[in-house]
Amino acid sequence: MIDKRVASCASAIAKINDGDTVMIGGFGEAGSPIELIHALIDHGAKNLTVINNNTGSGRVGLAALIENGQVAKMICSYPRTANSLVFPELYRSGKIELELVPQGTLAERIRAGGAGVPAFFTKTSVGTPLSEGKEQRNFDGEYYVMERSLKADFALIKAKQADRYGNLVFNKTARNFAPIMAMAATTTLVQTNEMVELGDIDPENVVTPGIFVNEIIEVTQPQQESALVSAGVIYPTPVELNTSEGAK
Amino acid sequence: MTNINISQANTTDQQVGWNREQMAQRCAQDIEDGSYVNLGIGIPEKVAKYVPDGREVIYHTENGLLGMGTAPSDTELDPDLINAGKKPVTAIPGASYFHHGDSFAMIRGNHIDVCVLGAMQVSSNGDLANWSTGAADAIPAVGGAMDLVAGVKTIYIITQHTTKTGAAKILPECTFPLTGQGVVSRIYSDLAVIDVTADGLVLTELAPGISFDYVQQRTGVVLINAL
Repeated sequence: MIDKRVASCASAIAKINDGDTVMIGGFGEAGSPIELIHALIDHGAKNLTVINNNTGSGRVGLAALIENGQVAKMICSYPRTANSLVFPELYRSGKIELELVPQGTLAERIRAGGAGVPAFFTKTSVGTPLSEGKEQRNFDGEYYVMERSLKADFALIKAKQADRYGNLVFNKTARNFAPIMAMAATTTLVQTNEMVELGDIDPENVVTPGIFVNEIIEVTQPQQESALVSAGVIYPTPVELNTSEGAK
Repeated sequence: MTNINISQANTTDQQVGWNREQMAQRCAQDIEDGSYVNLGIGIPEKVAKYVPDGREVIYHTENGLLGMGTAPSDTELDPDLINAGKKPVTAIPGASYFHHGDSFAMIRGNHIDVCVLGAMQVSSNGDLANWSTGAADAIPAVGGAMDLVAGVKTIYIITQHTTKTGAAKILPECTFPLTGQGVVSRIYSDLAVIDVTADGLVLTELAPGISFDYVQQRTGVVLINAL
C-alpha cells in the first residue's frame, strides 16, 4: 500500500540534517509552507543551503529560519522585500552567503535538476555581471551562458489538495516554484490544506504527479505570513527573560 | 505620429513634459490588439489602464498567471493571487495559472510580445541597466529583469529622461551593471519618444511644449531628429 501521509510536520522534518540543501516553495508569502518552515526551526538543523526566490518577510517563516542562524547560504533572485528585516543585516555583516540568480534561470536550474539535465544554455545574463566566470557558447550567431542545474536534499512545499499517492493541486499563483522543486529534491515534503480520496482529483487536473512527492501533512488552517508580519509575530516566540514577577 | 489627448493637464507650474500617468498613457497607445504583455513594477504597471478601448491584451505576470486583471475588491482579495510585485490582483475569465518553469519558458522562449520596464540607464545601442547601481553596500536583487529583456520580443522603457539631480540617463555606455545588451526597442521619457535603431537613437515625438534642443541638452548621446 502506498500512503504518503504522515502525522506531523515535525516527523516529516526530522530527517533533515545539518548541511543539507533545502528548496522552499513560495513567491513572497504565496505558497510559502510556513508550518513546515517553523517545524524546521524547531528541529534546528544548521548550516543549510536554502533555495527560494526571496528571503522572507518580517520575523516568521523563511525570515525566522534565517534569523535563527540555520542558513549558511541563500540561492535566490530577489533577497529584498518590503518587510525584509533579517537578511540585509546578516548579509552586510558577512554572516550569510548569497548566490544571486536571475529568476527564470533559477526556475530553469531547478527544472533541469528534476529532469536529469546537468546544465543548459540561456541568453539570460549574457553581458552582465551575473554571467562572469561562466562558460559561454555561440549558437546560431548568438551568445548563451551555461548554467548548472540545482538539486536539493529536501523540498518543502505547500499544496491546496493532495491524495495519499501524493498527487497535488495548487491554489492560483501559490503554485509558483512548488512543482519544479518537488521534482528536483530527493525528498519532497508537502503541507496541504486538504487531503482528498484517490480519484477525487481528476487525472487531467493533477499538477504534480505523486511520483515527485514523498511525505504529506495536512494543515487545514495554515497561517498567513502577511497576517503574522502585520501582527508583529516573532517565531519562535521569544522567551521572557524576566520571570521574577511570577508570570507563570 | 500619434497625437494623444492628454486627459490630465499639467498640474503644477514646475511640470514640464509628460507626467507619470501621461508617460504610461503614451506607451499604451503602442500596445497592439492581441498582444501578450508583461508590465514591470512602477510606472509600467499603469500602462494597462490606458490601452485604448477595443484592444484585447493578455497580461502576463511572471510568478505564474496569464490573464491578470485589475486590483481586487476586499471580498475578492486572496493572498495566493498576486503579481510579480507581490501585490494582490485578480484573474480574468480565460486566465491560466502555471509554475515558474513554464512562466519563464514563455519569457525565454520568445512567446511574450511586449515587456514594459523602468530604467536607471539606457545606452545608445539599447543596453539597459535597471537592477543595480553597483554600490558596495547594496543588497543585490535582480528578480526576472534579465530573463525578460533576454526573451521578450519587444522591450519598451518608461523612464524620467534624467535623474533626480538632472544627470542624463540616456548615455553612450551604461555605467551601472547591465541587465541586458542591445535589448531596448523604444524609450518613453517625460520629454520624448525615442527609438533605438541601427543608426542610433531616433527622436520620433516630443512631449507638448518641449523642443528637440531641450531634449538633446539632457541626453548623453547625439539624437537623430525624425520630426
